[in-house]
Amino acid sequence: MSGRQVAQGRLVTPFYSRQRELDTVNRWHEWKGYTVADEFYCSELEYFAIRNATAVFDLTPMTKYRISGPDAPAYVDRLVTRDMTRVPVGRVAYAVWCNDSGQVIDDGTIFRLGELDYRLCSQERHLDWLLTSAAGFDVDVAHETADVAALAIQGPTSYATLDRMGLSAVGHLKPFNLMEVDFAGTSIVISRTGFTGDLGYEVWLPPQVAERFWDELFAAGRLTGIRAIGTDALELARIEAGYLMADIDFLPADTAIRPGRTRSPLELGMEWLVDFGKPMFNGRRALADELRKGSRWRLVRLDIEGNKPAKDAYIFAKPKGGEQIGFVTSAAWSPVCKQNVALGTVNARYGAVGDSLWVDIYYQRELHWTRKMARATVVDGPFWDPPRRRATPPGPY
Amino acid sequence: MTERFDAVIVGAGHNGLAAAATLAKAGQRVVVLEAAAQVGGASVTREFAEGYVVSAGAQWLYQLQPAVKKALGIDPPLAAGRLDTLVLAEGGGEPVRYSAARAEGVGEADRRAYAVWAKRMRRFSRLLWRWLNRVPPRPGGESRDSRRLLRMAVGTRLLGKRDMREFLRLIGANVYDDVHECFASEALRAGLCLDAVLGSHAGPRSPNTVMTSLYRRGGDADPLALPAGGMGAVANAMLKAARDTGADVRTGSRVGRIVVANGRVTGVELAGGDTIASYTVLSNADPKRTVFDLVGARNFEAGFVRRAANIRAAGNAAKLHLALDGLPDVPGLDTGDLGQRLLIAPSPDAVERAFNPAKYGEFSAEPVMDVSIPSVHDETLAPEGSHVLSAIVQYAPYALNGGWSNAAKERFLETCLVTLERYLPGLRARIVEGELLTPVDLEREFGMTGGHWHHAELAPDQFLFTRPAVGAERYGTPLDGLWLCGAGAHPGGGVTGAAGYNAARSIIDRDAGR
Ligand SMILES: Cc1cc2nc3c(=O)[nH]c(=O)nc-3n(C[C@H](O)[C@H](O)[C@H](O)COP(=O)(O)OP(=O)(O)OC[C@H]3O[C@@H](n4cnc5c(N)ncnc54)[C@H](O)[C@@H]3O)c2cc1C
Repeated sequence: MSGRQVAQGRLVTPFYSRQRELDTVNRWHEWKGYTVADEFYCSELEYFAIRNATAVFDLTPMTKYRISGPDAPAYVDRLVTRDMTRVPVGRVAYAVWCNDSGQVIDDGTIFRLGELDYRLCSQERHLDWLLTSAAGFDVDVAHETADVAALAIQGPTSYATLDRMGLSAVGHLKPFNLMEVDFAGTSIVISRTGFTGDLGYEVWLPPQVAERFWDELFAAGRLTGIRAIGTDALELARIEAGYLMADIDFLPADTAIRPGRTRSPLELGMEWLVDFGKPMFNGRRALADELRKGSRWRLVRLDIEGNKPAKDAYIFAKPKGGEQIGFVTSAAWSPVCKQNVALGTVNARYGAVGDSLWVDIYYQRELHWTRKMARATVVDGPFWDPPRRRATPPGPY
Repeated sequence: MTERFDAVIVGAGHNGLAAAATLAKAGQRVVVLEAAAQVGGASVTREFAEGYVVSAGAQWLYQLQPAVKKALGIDPPLAAGRLDTLVLAEGGGEPVRYSAARAEGVGEADRRAYAVWAKRMRRFSRLLWRWLNRVPPRPGGESRDSRRLLRMAVGTRLLGKRDMREFLRLIGANVYDDVHECFASEALRAGLCLDAVLGSHAGPRSPNTVMTSLYRRGGDADPLALPAGGMGAVANAMLKAARDTGADVRTGSRVGRIVVANGRVTGVELAGGDTIASYTVLSNADPKRTVFDLVGARNFEAGFVRRAANIRAAGNAAKLHLALDGLPDVPGLDTGDLGQRLLIAPSPDAVERAFNPAKYGEFSAEPVMDVSIPSVHDETLAPEGSHVLSAIVQYAPYALNGGWSNAAKERFLETCLVTLERYLPGLRARIVEGELLTPVDLEREFGMTGGHWHHAELAPDQFLFTRPAVGAERYGTPLDGLWLCGAGAHPGGGVTGAAGYNAARSIIDRDAGR
């Protein structure tokens, strides 16, 4: 055997030491090679930190690429379906990118850090596609997931917490804006972004200062109800916010094997992200074709009667069932909306806003299975969208 | 003021000219822009030593499609036709000869087997070329495509069940196995092996080399011939046809880039800076050059760019030109024999062994060759009493380890001359001057990426429905207004005229809404 070693096992994030101290339940799982917590003490209570106080989520494992160089703006513009030339420095754009067939590879956020400097964050890894897309562009694409520690700081008191920490400058940030601030002698990036549909920020910083940031943040948040949260709590918040999750609500096109299992942005309710005014972007031809010929699928947000989450349910057009027209992909009882909510996919002929569809919900009571056909009303927009999400400067708490 | 045309054709290779003549005949205003000082691309005659001219690219005419000749109304004059192929014996002596139908200098069994084999190959080649002469249908496409596909399938059915099974077996088979099944003569086997691999990155034991052999037979194309005045004569006949129908053909006009605006082609910009407007641009340049150098990758969607980048187009064939002050006196070969097609291919294994180094970026230590001495038939090529020898030499990989430096070229030239001397004793003493064109030189001279015979390797993944890459398999490309019309497009390379003619017909069909 040669002396070469391959790192084995899971990685830990730069915040792991602090998270382990807070952990009481020992529930961890793997996320893109990293050890992350499902919950730290109780996911329901952690969820309420998002909606009532300050919740801190470690999103270091989130995929991050740095895209820079003279052609970076043109490159990013060809990559995604929306017009990136209108995204100025200091802005973050939610975007979706497709293959040549107009099928979604992934969605994510693109941070314009400089005139010729972007950071792309996504659920999945995409280095191959990003490098393939770089042919003909003078651009540098670097994978920087491990080089950038990241925290989501979300909830109504999140600004108050940062303010107490001495980062009051972020109060000027409007949603989807970003700024650089000094911290511990280095420059860190704070953006007003998140995956919770609430007031919140994301912090991007060098791993060396990660622990120090965590410590100061938690010290500052003592009176604003700060809590570390795991992925379970976040998952509930993101369903309430109506955000899609790769591999749950759609299948990344580059991992699909069966034809017809992928989705176009038009089928995911993202037509607002597709700018046909742009003469060239990946998927344009196919999407223009789809626009003419019609889509196969439609993403629906459902308000379902009763309180039993419609997990994995089929969707029907008629209360008696019959032909299945689709299926639920994410479902939850929303404590804050007091609504039984779900995201799903249906045949594009169905599911206009206001329509009544039906879902069959299976649930267990003391081991006995029960089935219930529940009315599901198609609603528009996110389930949870409070004014504080947009208020700038954020209100006091 | 910017000139405007119905169609601009980049490159006046023989395919570009065939496309131009076809479009012009259909009433379109066409301009052909050729970088070189003369037309023809790799179908060209030019001087290489004072007073000596040669077909600098393609040397044998055998694949020019009858449909193309008919549509263009051309029939290039020949210096010699119905030539035989001679597989040379080392040190001279009686060669094995074969033509399209007969083999001689072999045993009786081989003679009979060859007649049967040749007939079968001709039948299958015809069938294949019936597909190759059409715009490939799109499986799963519109009803017109389905009808075409059905017609292809019916064509295959008409072969009869046994033949069909045989055809499908052979199309994936390698020529090495096939010739060993059929013949006993090493020389005959070797000649047929070399035929199958000329211009490809393949040895006789590589899969699908029966397919390339069928391709080479050209369906109903002519038997082996030498055009009078060299291969430039074919291009000149096409040039005349194009000009007679009103096409404007300009040499010395290098296209710097194909202009794209608002997601579609709007014309071309010449190297000098002038622009010519047209919503239809056909590129006779190879697919990679077209996508990456002329249009620019950023004007295509990324998936297509990936496929285009992965098109294999590294040439393996070099070209050797020798000026001779007379013919060598080769035992067993008379002057008539020296005017035939001469192969240096000692055995199937020798051809395969010549290929081996090419896999690892080295040239063959004992190259195999396809030699022509056209001046035997054509006095216009060399001063009186003198001759020119032109040889296709394999294998000389484009990406030679360490590159094709002058020293490397010297070494390869010496290797070639030593080999030639073994099969044509006395030749060296006759050499006045010489020129060796490696794939790198061919790339430079003809603009073909990798110096590749077919502009893109002729292999199943780059053939028929997938040539040169999915998205551009029907001449049109994912970029509106951009068409391919050269050897890299369907059906492939060789002096056939098929790619140019078919591309033009696709455009005419499109314009007619068909
Ligand atoms: C060594 C060798 C031997 C061969 N021997 C034979 C043979 O014996 N028989 C046979 O049938 N085939 C033979 N071939 C194959 C045959 O020569 C080619 O397949 C055929 O000539 C290709 O024709 P084409 O018109 O498609 O392209 P080409 O002949 O390559 O023509 C392309 C033209 O486009 C022009 N061009 C490119 N870029 C630009 C630009 N930017 N602006 C303007 N013009 C441009 C080039 O100058 C060129 O004239 C041989 C090939 C090689 C390499």
